[in-house]
Amino acid sequence: SVQVHKEGEPQKLPEMNGHTPVPHSYDYDLIVIGGGSGGLAAAKEAAKYEKKVMVLDFVTPTPLGNSWGLGGTCVNVGCIPKKLMHQAALLGQALQDSRKFGWQFTEEVTHNWMTMTESVQNYIGSLNWGYRVALREKKVTYENAYGEFVGPHTVKATNKRGVEKLYTAERFLIATGERPRYLDIPGDKEYCISSDDLFSLPYCPGKTLVVGASYVALECAGFLAGLGLDVTVMVRSILLRGFDQDIANKIGEYMEEHGISFIREFVPIKVEQIEEGTPGRLKVIAKSTKGNQIIEGEYNTVLLAIGRDACTRKIGLDKVGVTINEKTGKIPVNDEEQTNVPYIYAVGDILQDKLELTPVAIQAGRLLVQRLYAGATTKCDYVNVPTTVFTPLEYGACGYSEETAVEKFGEENIEVYHSHFWPLEWTVPSRDNNKCYAKIICNIQDNERVIGFHVLGPNAGEVTQGFAAAIKCGLTKEQLDSTIGIHPVCAEV
Amino acid sequence: GKNEYDLLVIGGGSGGLACAKQAAQFGRKVAVLDYVEPSPQGTKWGLGGTCVNVGCIPKKLMHQAALLGSALKDAQHYGWNIAQPVHHTWSVMAQAVQNYVKSLNWGHRVQLQDKKVKYFNMRGSFSDPHTIRGLTKAGKETIVTAENIVIATGGRPKYPTHIAGALEYGITSDDLFWLKESPGKTLTPFVFNVSLECAGFLTGIGLDTTVMMRSIPLRGFDQQMASLVTEHMESYGTKFLKRCFPTKVEKLDSNKLQVTWKNTDLGTEETDSFDTVMWAVGRAPDTETLNLETVGVKTNSETGKIIVDASEATSVPHIYAVGDVTEGRPELTPTAIAAGKLLAQRLFGQSSELMDYDNVPTTVFTPLEYSCVGLSEEAAVQCYGSDNIEVYHAYYKPLEFTVAERDATQCYMKMVCLQGREQRILGLHFIGPNAGEVIQGFALGIKCGATYPQLMKTVGIHPTCAEEITKLHITKRSGLDATVTGC
Repeated sequence: SVQVHKEGEPQKLPEMNGHTPVPHSYDYDLIVIGGGSGGLAAAKEAAKYEKKVMVLDFVTPTPLGNSWGLGGTCVNVGCIPKKLMHQAALLGQALQDSRKFGWQFTEEVTHNWMTMTESVQNYIGSLNWGYRVALREKKVTYENAYGEFVGPHTVKATNKRGVEKLYTAERFLIATGERPRYLDIPGDKEYCISSDDLFSLPYCPGKTLVVGASYVALECAGFLAGLGLDVTVMVRSILLRGFDQDIANKIGEYMEEHGISFIREFVPIKVEQIEEGTPGRLKVIAKSTKGNQIIEGEYNTVLLAIGRDACTRKIGLDKVGVTINEKTGKIPVNDEEQTNVPYIYAVGDILQDKLELTPVAIQAGRLLVQRLYAGATTKCDYVNVPTTVFTPLEYGACGYSEETAVEKFGEENIEVYHSHFWPLEWTVPSRDNNKCYAKIICNIQDNERVIGFHVLGPNAGEVTQGFAAAIKCGLTKEQLDSTIGIHPVCAEV
Repeated sequence: GKNEYDLLVIGGGSGGLACAKQAAQFGRKVAVLDYVEPSPQGTKWGLGGTCVNVGCIPKKLMHQAALLGSALKDAQHYGWNIAQPVHHTWSVMAQAVQNYVKSLNWGHRVQLQDKKVKYFNMRGSFSDPHTIRGLTKAGKETIVTAENIVIATGGRPKYPTHIAGALEYGITSDDLFWLKESPGKTLTPFVFNVSLECAGFLTGIGLDTTVMMRSIPLRGFDQQMASLVTEHMESYGTKFLKRCFPTKVEKLDSNKLQVTWKNTDLGTEETDSFDTVMWAVGRAPDTETLNLETVGVKTNSETGKIIVDASEATSVPHIYAVGDVTEGRPELTPTAIAAGKLLAQRLFGQSSELMDYDNVPTTVFTPLEYSCVGLSEEAAVQCYGSDNIEVYHAYYKPLEFTVAERDATQCYMKMVCLQGREQRILGLHFIGPNAGEVIQGFALGIKCGATYPQLMKTVGIHPTCAEEITKLHITKRSGLDATVTGC
């Protein structure tokens, strides 16, 4: 049976403990569509101000039928499992290093995919659970249902079993995030997997072809190789578009020198199944981007990481007049995260021209709610947001890439200071002595202010975080020079 | 007559070499004297000073060896199949570390050569304010004269000579890193961080290790953080004998060492036998054989360290001092290097920039690392009064510990800020993996006068431990639970 709340019908709403009454007899003060990093942060913050909040979260299963719990991309199929599997790969390297430091154990060391994946999934499960408990404790209503607009101030929530309910709210926050893009070639949805499937794959992926040159592609290729798998990366043009290209090439070089094959300037045009199995065997046919050359290859798994598409096309935005960028699907907002419809806001990966990062979504979501309900005026500061790519050789960055700095300020107005370094921990096991690298880009016209920071090396994220704070404080080269280094750590370079 | 050299540096360690090399950059005629008096146990080493040979470098490498031991355990949770048993061989590690240190000795000699700095492997002493008498191991004498002289002789570990058997049977950090054989069951009667670090890695590579302390650990450091560090070491397997002090060391027929100590809590006397006793009761400045009295260089009567002013000048014109040998300075390699460089720039490069010793970050490389910059909480309270400071803090769990099922009880951070509108950061303290990497960038921020609001505006990098610093919001004053709970 279908329950429907008719809009405008006067109803006595049960007063939830401590909530101030909802205006205009809306069901909720705020409905958040999307229970990911941005959505949950906003919901929990709003509950602090005694607002009546609902979160609608629903995961449309992947083409291969995969789904997950509350928490969004980061927790389930993004940052968290990615970093844990990256850690597993780093530990593999640590095992090798440890022999040089005197540790002795059998030569033969193997990795068990299932042990790792089970541990990772258990941890994710605990996070899903933690979020549900947190929402309950904060008296945020949560429904595992697909939300879409059906009219002004009204959404329809459809659960797994097809049961529909209507809810109204004074304000809405769209935080539906993105999902991996497919190639639109024969065999892609039937036989290929994406990052949505990888972290819970119930069998070892085996010999893998990673299609794409995004950070997702390189991070996944990196840890898969680190776990001992045969990995090839197929790249259409450049690596890590949007990142400093000098560094991007160093990352690619390092990966190549450490056993990952790259096929450059090719795109797959067909994927066929040779044999079923877990994993099976797949044939990939690819065409050159520069001519007519066709190549074929056989792999156990094909992982597509060619980009992500915003989940904005099927949530009824047209019914409420929210404009989106038709080409990209992203939602343009003003500097207060407001769409063109005053009572509808958006945060996170779906925003146009903003960084697709968990901490940004969280920050934006929280500050938005503080402005709406706590009289705050602080807007999200999207400038100098640091980020880290967790490739085998990690890359931390904050501010301008070298090319963007040159473009914006002119080559003669910037100074680039750089250095290779050899982490002390790499000396004894004789690891590469010329791969780790750091560079800062300074604006000569502004007292040599540091406008770009880049570091390639172990624990790049830990290193970069503090520098990002310093850059926020207006760090100049002089101040950097006069700060004493901690010895011996990589960050002192 | 004219002096032979523009600059003579006595002591080829972190400070001395940095100063010498910088002076040479300005085209000056520079000489370095370096000499290592063998330890009572006979250990000696090459050019580079304490840090390179018997300090930071071998310490961090052995710390890394211990961390890799933990990594081996973690790896199994992450799916790596490692057949038991896993064990550690001291000689493989020691050999690798010693080889690396020797390559650094070589590197330093090559660098000096490249920069045309004359190197004398000699012990130096003053004949007059511009003349040094150098003596080789074999007793050959050379007289060297210089316009400017920099004393950078550093320090050496002290022995508690009042304890019977301490000198004959004990070793110090000078010897530990050069041992060819495993130290075995070790006791470190201790006061300073060096021995906590050593005790930590010895435990990590599987040795039975005991730390003995009379009073508080890590004197001079924030005491709350110091307790967390030692708490972690206890749960890690290091034994602690608290409020005890040794009274004598004897050698047994088995060649083991029998140590007797007083337990001040119980008022009893206890004994146990160990393979090695490593003293870490402090370091004394290496000034005895310099003949400082002849030229009138003043030293602190209590510590014996050389008194210098803000420009590293001693009480005698043209004689300077940098590094661990100087009074009132942090005993850290990077400060010695920076001070040495700046001194050379002032002497020969028309610079007037003085060394800034404020807000120098440092790290203690215990099994769970501790790094800090700025004031400890107690120093801040003493300086400004507890009403005028706000302490933000958090207990957190590194993501990598989850799957590895590691205990994160002591993973903790706190930020000490000045109250008021600005909320300038006075001190930042962090315990956790890669603590040094985490704190370094923030030290820069503090140099720029970072405030709490500025840090809160900085977006975190996810997932890292460092991002938790940008999310600190629970104050000690509030009394609320400071445990970080998920995103």
